[in-house]
Amino acid sequence: MPVDYLKESPSQTAGPYVHIGAMPAHAGLNLRTQEKLNVLTGPDVEGERIRIEGTIKDGAGSLAPDVVVESWQADAKGHHNQSGFFGWGRAACDPATGLWFIETIKPGRFAARSGKMQAPFISLQLFARGINIHLHTRLYFEDEAEVNQADPVLSAVDPTHRPTLIAKKHKRGSETVYRLDIVLQGEGETVFFDM
Amino acid sequence: MGRAGALFAERPVLLAARVIFLWPPDGHALMRTFIMRDENGRTSGSWGAIGALIQIKDGSLSVRDDRMLCEAREVNRELKMTHLGEFNRRDRTWHPPAFDPNYKSTVLRSPNRPLLALGQSTNEMTGPVFGTHHLDPLDNDLIANYQQGGEPIGERIIVHGQVLDEMARPVRNSLIEVWQANAGGRYRHRNDTYLAPLDPNFGGCGRVLTDDEGRYFFRTIKPGAYPWRNIGSDWRPAHIHFSLFGEAFAQRLITQMYFEGDPLIPLCPIINTIPERGGVEQLIAKLDMAEMVPFDCLVYRFDLVLRGRRQTYFENKPEGH
Repeated sequence: MPVDYLKESPSQTAGPYVHIGAMPAHAGLNLRTQEKLNVLTGPDVEGERIRIEGTIKDGAGSLAPDVVVESWQADAKGHHNQSGFFGWGRAACDPATGLWFIETIKPGRFAARSGKMQAPFISLQLFARGINIHLHTRLYFEDEAEVNQADPVLSAVDPTHRPTLIAKKHKRGSETVYRLDIVLQGEGETVFFDM
Repeated sequence: MGRAGALFAERPVLLAARVIFLWPPDGHALMRTFIMRDENGRTSGSWGAIGALIQIKDGSLSVRDDRMLCEAREVNRELKMTHLGEFNRRDRTWHPPAFDPNYKSTVLRSPNRPLLALGQSTNEMTGPVFGTHHLDPLDNDLIANYQQGGEPIGERIIVHGQVLDEMARPVRNSLIEVWQANAGGRYRHRNDTYLAPLDPNFGGCGRVLTDDEGRYFFRTIKPGAYPWRNIGSDWRPAHIHFSLFGEAFAQRLITQMYFEGDPLIPLCPIINTIPERGGVEQLIAKLDMAEMVPFDCLVYRFDLVLRGRRQTYFENKPEGH
């Protein structure tokens, strides 16, 4: 008999009212109204300022504006929890446009389990009604083509699906924006990971 | 010869193996090694992934290359402090599948392609560290934290429990967020249009940090059941949403807590996405009369389990025991 361990508590959908717990002001509560969980760039944070943004669509091509997006990333040097950079962000979608955004810094590189260096990336997790267990993906950067090419995770992704993980870069005024549109199902479906 | 012995048959003196992750001060190399203990209790090992720049012999460490910017004593300290093994694979057969036609919202929101397996790097094995400075003193008191001059209506309860990992280790100092409907089954959310009224004194939003034993508690109003559009009018049993961060992004979990004895539990399409009855049972809080607050609050106990984190591949138990 294999060794018995406790079983992880089963996941349940975050539901349509996830914002009450996650970002109450967005739900309409007069609570934590100053909290900006999608702004990670304080004055003391080192690194190149960027904005990551996108929409999330379902299998019918409709916007899924109730989804909550969470991000986790390294600091500019590729470290986690070492420099005072918080590294974690959370964003709701704009109810009208379906666009979410997080103001952050471009993360540094660090190694995969094998010791091989990875291309810079930001991990994303999605929570919503109709999502029984959160979906996990990664955002890579279009302008890192060379290191993306050699990245051990991207290399394991079917080349036809790789673009679903790579955010497109453009300038909006002085701001550097990386856009990644996520598709939950069907044509152009985003690659989601199990870890 | 057991599992460990079979895997390491070419190294017959090996009694135990340990996988250690280490981040040197330059931060860029994630190193991984086996630390072995021989039958005389001596440890040995080397950093295989980067060409054995650091060696461990007879329990002491030496650094062979200055480029690592690591001193042996620094490594020693890290070895004692580091408990950063990988997380157990998530048992997806225990969780609801992404697609379940009886919960209609999943039909267009479930990926068609299977998930791609991902090895764990630091980004998966670390996560945000929340502290008391992130919290307001009333965050764990949903009876008090939205009052507009009166008490919220409903059954006063305290929910408490312990968060463990799959190895039964406490998940310490980690953030739990909760949200819920009011006693009438109405959420304070711009999109909830249920005809039951809002309670002016109830927000339904709270959060709490687990303590050094993984324990938590919060005070609230027992939420009401409510109808929702699914296959006709389905009903949600009374529930409280739980969001847990654990110690790492890999442990992140959102789930729901139900109440012992609720007759709506077996009828709920969302609960019924959970494949195993044992999984459902795990999400049902038990009435805890020993902890009841006389003339004030009923108490429910709700324990949670997050993914386990390996410290060792093998539990360091000599074979034959």
